[in-house]
Amino acid sequence: MIGGLFIYNHKGEVLISRVYRDDIGLKLDIQIGGVQSKAPGLRNAVDAFRVNVIHARQQVRSPVTNIARTSFFHVKRSNIWLAAVTKQNVNAAMVFEFLYKMCDVMTAYFGKISEENIKNNFVLIYELLDEILDFGYPQNSETGALKTFITQQGIKGQTKEEQSQITSQVTGQIGWRREGIKYRRNELFLDVLESVNLLMSPQGQVLSAHVSGRVVMKSYLSGMPECKFGMNDKIVIDKQGKGGASDDAGKSGKQSIAIDDCTFHQCVRLSKFDSERSISFIPPDGEYELMRYRTTKDIILPFRVIPLVREVGRTKLEVKVVIKSNFKPSLLAQKIEVRIPTPLNTSGVQVICMKGKAKYKASENAIVWKIKRMAGMKESQISAEIELLPTNDKKKWARPPISMNFEVPFAPSGLKVRYLKVFESKLNYSDHDVIKWVRYIGRSGIYETRC
Amino acid sequence: MQEWANQLCENRQFGSKMTDSKYFTTTKKGEIFELKAELNSDKKEKKKEAVKKVIASMTVGKDVSALFPDVVNCMQTDNLELKKLVYLYLMNYAKSQPDMAIMAVNTFVKDCEDPNPLIRALAVRTMGCIRVDKITEYLCEPLRKCLKDEDPYVRKTAAVCVAKLHDINAQLVEDQGFLDTLKDLISDSNPMVVANAVAALSEIAESHPNSNLLDLNPQSINKLLTALNECTEWGQIFILDCLANYTPRDDRESQSICERVTPRLSHANSAVVLSAVKVLMKFMEMLPKDLDYYGTLLKKLAPPLVTLLSAEPELQYVALRNINLIVQKRPEILKHEMKVFFVKYNDPIYVKLEKLDIMIRLASQANIAQVLAELKEYATEVDVDFVRKAVRAIGRCAIKVEQSAERCVSTLLDLIQTKVNYVVQEAIVVIKDIFRKYPNKYESVIATLCENLDSLDEPEARAAMIWIVGEYAERIDNADELLESFLEGFHDESTQVQLQLLTAIVKLFLKKPTETQELVQQVLSLATQDSDNPDLRDRGYIYWRLLSTDPVAAKEVVLAEKPLISEETDLIEPTLLEELICHIGTLASVYHKPPSAFVEGSRGVQHKRLPARAGSGESAESPDTVSTGGVSEAPPAVIPSQGDLLGDLLNLDLTPPTTTGPPPPTSSMQMGAMDLLGGGLDSLLGGDIGGSPAMGASFGAPPAVMPGSFNAPVSGGLSDLFDLGGGVGMPMGAYVPPKTVWLPAMKAKGLEISGTFARRSGVVQMEMTLTNKAMSVMGDFAIQFNRNSFGLAPAGPLQVLTPFTPNQSIEVTLPLNTVGPVMKMEPLNNLQVAVKNNIDVFYFSCQYPISMLFVEDGKMERQVFLATWKDIPNDNESQFQIKDCHLNSDAASNKLQGSNIFTIAKRTVDGQDMLYQSMKLTNGIWILAELKVQAGNPNYTISLKCRAPEVAQSVFQSYEAVLKN
Repeated sequence: MIGGLFIYNHKGEVLISRVYRDDIGLKLDIQIGGVQSKAPGLRNAVDAFRVNVIHARQQVRSPVTNIARTSFFHVKRSNIWLAAVTKQNVNAAMVFEFLYKMCDVMTAYFGKISEENIKNNFVLIYELLDEILDFGYPQNSETGALKTFITQQGIKGQTKEEQSQITSQVTGQIGWRREGIKYRRNELFLDVLESVNLLMSPQGQVLSAHVSGRVVMKSYLSGMPECKFGMNDKIVIDKQGKGGASDDAGKSGKQSIAIDDCTFHQCVRLSKFDSERSISFIPPDGEYELMRYRTTKDIILPFRVIPLVREVGRTKLEVKVVIKSNFKPSLLAQKIEVRIPTPLNTSGVQVICMKGKAKYKASENAIVWKIKRMAGMKESQISAEIELLPTNDKKKWARPPISMNFEVPFAPSGLKVRYLKVFESKLNYSDHDVIKWVRYIGRSGIYETRC
Repeated sequence: MQEWANQLCENRQFGSKMTDSKYFTTTKKGEIFELKAELNSDKKEKKKEAVKKVIASMTVGKDVSALFPDVVNCMQTDNLELKKLVYLYLMNYAKSQPDMAIMAVNTFVKDCEDPNPLIRALAVRTMGCIRVDKITEYLCEPLRKCLKDEDPYVRKTAAVCVAKLHDINAQLVEDQGFLDTLKDLISDSNPMVVANAVAALSEIAESHPNSNLLDLNPQSINKLLTALNECTEWGQIFILDCLANYTPRDDRESQSICERVTPRLSHANSAVVLSAVKVLMKFMEMLPKDLDYYGTLLKKLAPPLVTLLSAEPELQYVALRNINLIVQKRPEILKHEMKVFFVKYNDPIYVKLEKLDIMIRLASQANIAQVLAELKEYATEVDVDFVRKAVRAIGRCAIKVEQSAERCVSTLLDLIQTKVNYVVQEAIVVIKDIFRKYPNKYESVIATLCENLDSLDEPEARAAMIWIVGEYAERIDNADELLESFLEGFHDESTQVQLQLLTAIVKLFLKKPTETQELVQQVLSLATQDSDNPDLRDRGYIYWRLLSTDPVAAKEVVLAEKPLISEETDLIEPTLLEELICHIGTLASVYHKPPSAFVEGSRGVQHKRLPARAGSGESAESPDTVSTGGVSEAPPAVIPSQGDLLGDLLNLDLTPPTTTGPPPPTSSMQMGAMDLLGGGLDSLLGGDIGGSPAMGASFGAPPAVMPGSFNAPVSGGLSDLFDLGGGVGMPMGAYVPPKTVWLPAMKAKGLEISGTFARRSGVVQMEMTLTNKAMSVMGDFAIQFNRNSFGLAPAGPLQVLTPFTPNQSIEVTLPLNTVGPVMKMEPLNNLQVAVKNNIDVFYFSCQYPISMLFVEDGKMERQVFLATWKDIPNDNESQFQIKDCHLNSDAASNKLQGSNIFTIAKRTVDGQDMLYQSMKLTNGIWILAELKVQAGNPNYTISLKCRAPEVAQSVFQSYEAVLKN
């Protein structure tokens, strides 16, 4: 299991170090800077990572590094390195999941992970590390539960009931929700957030396209409500269609979507989904991610990019890019940005665009074209003349793809929320009393067209 | 570190917000003294501040151990936050100050009784982290209580604490009966307690591979599966990883577990998904392939694997490394998912390289066009490693999918036109492989290749180009000029290029002898006279002799048809692959190495294997399957006593998945391992061979047990096994004659000795069974040899366990050396022995098979063999007939190799196989042999040549014995 956990700043200085197992670093004899380090073992492990990974000149070639039979897992958040160290054959996926979780927990407690924040909260971090990792085994790391007994104020004067409530929640089956939550207004918000990814050839052929979506829920519900979530999943609709065979089913059958795969928050009863494909759960309080999914079929591609690049002699390039919006005219896309890469030896650029603003950004080697809003079924165009410096560099320009960013108010996968039912038998509110809000946002993921 | 501490110090002076970071500021001299005062302050707040400062200094790496007593004094407090800080300090320094640590014990014990469960748990958790022997004694009682605490939070913490304690003092844990309590916790009502108990037990079980600690059976599995639905994501991982170690009894149980595990594939935590995939991949092995469910399962596996690719990059990397294994084991799962492995512009380089690897593996006729278009894109990227790999991948596609070869070649030519140096070089290297695979098909491109000759500066590319020129010398008009240009800087080239150049020029000479005589002489003299490299010199001499003695033969040798190159590269060797599949999700699967390669000590060295399929049709699919029957039933009883290599080998090969199931489908590699076992097993059993003749016979080994794969490049798992062996050498299944009675009881006052000789792991042994048929106890044994032909002498005293009571039989193994006095005996292999005991001295003589004196390095170089054969006068040659031997030449050769008779070359003339073999005796005498095997004729002819012709008769006997047993 995890033998130790270290947090470094960008210089490689240790901000937090917590050792869970003695085995790490004991026999680590590594040449550091040509001198055999004589420092105690732990220092060696700490230094080995600094020297071999943080200070390594070239790019990081792997998130897992093995130095002298010790394995280092690392993730980086802005300038901060989190590293888990082990000498055993640990579950690597678990270690990374844990490091991400650690980041989430820290963010939930004190916001952005930065050197300053970490130093300001080091006592808290040690307390958290003591709680969520025992002998290197991850323990309950749900922020909801942790916040009940790890606070920056320290807990004083808990009654006996409170104490046992904490422990039963931390270890309980429903570790993500505490009992006795009350709201005057029972309300929930559902956000369907999708990112649509595209790789298109210059000729307009779709090389790959997929939507990765998330259903994010904010729930403010009293008691221990039982929820059931329904969407236009093809498998469910087809099943119902067979049973009822009404007109309605036939109609909605057309609109159903094929979901390639989905994963759920741990509150969802997976065995029930597996057998009946119904999504039922007791939600955590507040905001959380209910599910993630991926679709690849019948994706609505909100924009089409048509590039035209012409080399005029050795020192000039002519670029013309047309974008077409492809959705209902009544809807508006926002925050549209087209990024057209330019060669490294660009000396000057002249741009003309019909709509929005376009600028050549020399530091980013790209022309950035921004449009605030654009309705569906419209078309817009930009043309640019790029002057090049003559070079004797034999290597050809790699022609990175043209990428695009945007936001649209619908789900490009076609996913529709059909219902979200809430049952709370013990309290006197019913499904109808709950105020529900649903919103769809489609964003560009990696949306690229080669040129 | 100092720097930012100072900087923060300034911040404080400027009155910025007062937060924890201020504790990092203490850098002045005399701070320890100040801290001491503060720690002993009466004010609680001040105390807490001081402890925080101490912890901050500790983090930065300063030694604050001098404050130990003062910090410990702060321990008794009802402030939980302060308590936690003190505990943190204790965990760090207790080991360096064990005597002081005792001071803390009282508080710990008291805290374990605290009414607040959080404090009870905190105390037991921290105590387990203090690795001081004296403290562990005090830990036992509180731990016992906490394991049965009413609060699940305390129980789940106590469960992990048992693992901690076991790590410090395993014996103590066993003596105190904690393991049983831990086992009970598997049935706990709280799922988190169950999960932690499983994790702790799994870890403890790893260091006791045979303890059966986890005792997985259908009932306990059922409990685990129930807890699986209820516990945290981490707990699910512990349970799934534990489940993966279970071997279901039959395919039905296997299916029902799979059914209950599949829902986990939809979990948001990738580690849960991967661990579930591991369980499914493993248990699937047991399902019959024609079962509907098997197909359903295959289909269910693909989507979650694809979903893993939308995780964060680090996890993607772990997933891709695992997918690489899964694709090799079951290509059908992801064969339609090529597109998801297309590289994205912003992927980190480690993700890109892994994706590329998988793309090549998934490439097939159906998707080749798309793949090629992608690869061409990649070849224009920035990262040099990635571009090279992409170019190489194009070449692999050409070789893998014949229909695409032409397109691949033209793509490669396009790339060469870019003139980017490393792209050109990489392209040339792969084009060489394409030429090997499709000879005489794409020579039209040679002209383009030749244009780039000057830009090649890497040895591999230069060597490849030279190979091409030599291979197609007859079609390249100026081949001689091209090669000559390389010759100028011959000595500055790397060996690879030198060797290639030598061969290429010889090829050229054989194809165009008239114009190139001068060139060939030049290169031969460069290689033989001016080079210090033995490989190069040897090759030079061989060519030289060949060309000067028999140019026709030279042509046959040098221009011989080349064997085909394989379609797949970098495939992981099957046994290793199986083992790695059992480690899906773990570091082993990321490194593609067995845990033993990177884990120290006993942990994780245990080899895992996939279970055998329950269906019966399976064994027919792998014709190589060898019945392991007789062997596999015996060993389990032997394993526990052997913690060494042999124990491991046994474990590896014989963990019998089912006691009654059909033999597991073994590949030829596994049989190699099997054979290791053969050798290992009988030395394990000592002299027991005589007692169980059936077993002895199985070492004589059916032909297939001695596979040629020993000569093949053995990679991965198997070679690791060899590594483990250390100095043990190659424990092969050498021929061991059955025991015979050497000294009958009648002649030796009731002592009967029967025995045999064996060579195990390079050591000659005398293996004897001593039986006491007298009425009294025997003792004081000793042994001596008379002078003999090869100087055999006991390497140690004869160790007979006393008292040797009447009617008892003892197996004794006596290692021998060959440094004793020498005297020629008649027959040559006769040995006169004297055995003494408390009754009398007894004499007997016995004969040993000379094959046990054949040493492991008896393989002669081909050239040396040829020269020696010619050199030994024909008078020294003797011929023998071996009758009624029904092995084919390969099997015979394998079998002989087990006894260190090495086949150097094989020639087939008119349906008759000629095997040329060599062996070397312990005294350095070489024996050369030519074995004629004719298909369908059970009689072999053997010719032996040796400078000491006296040995021929004994050698022949050994041949006969080895081949017929």
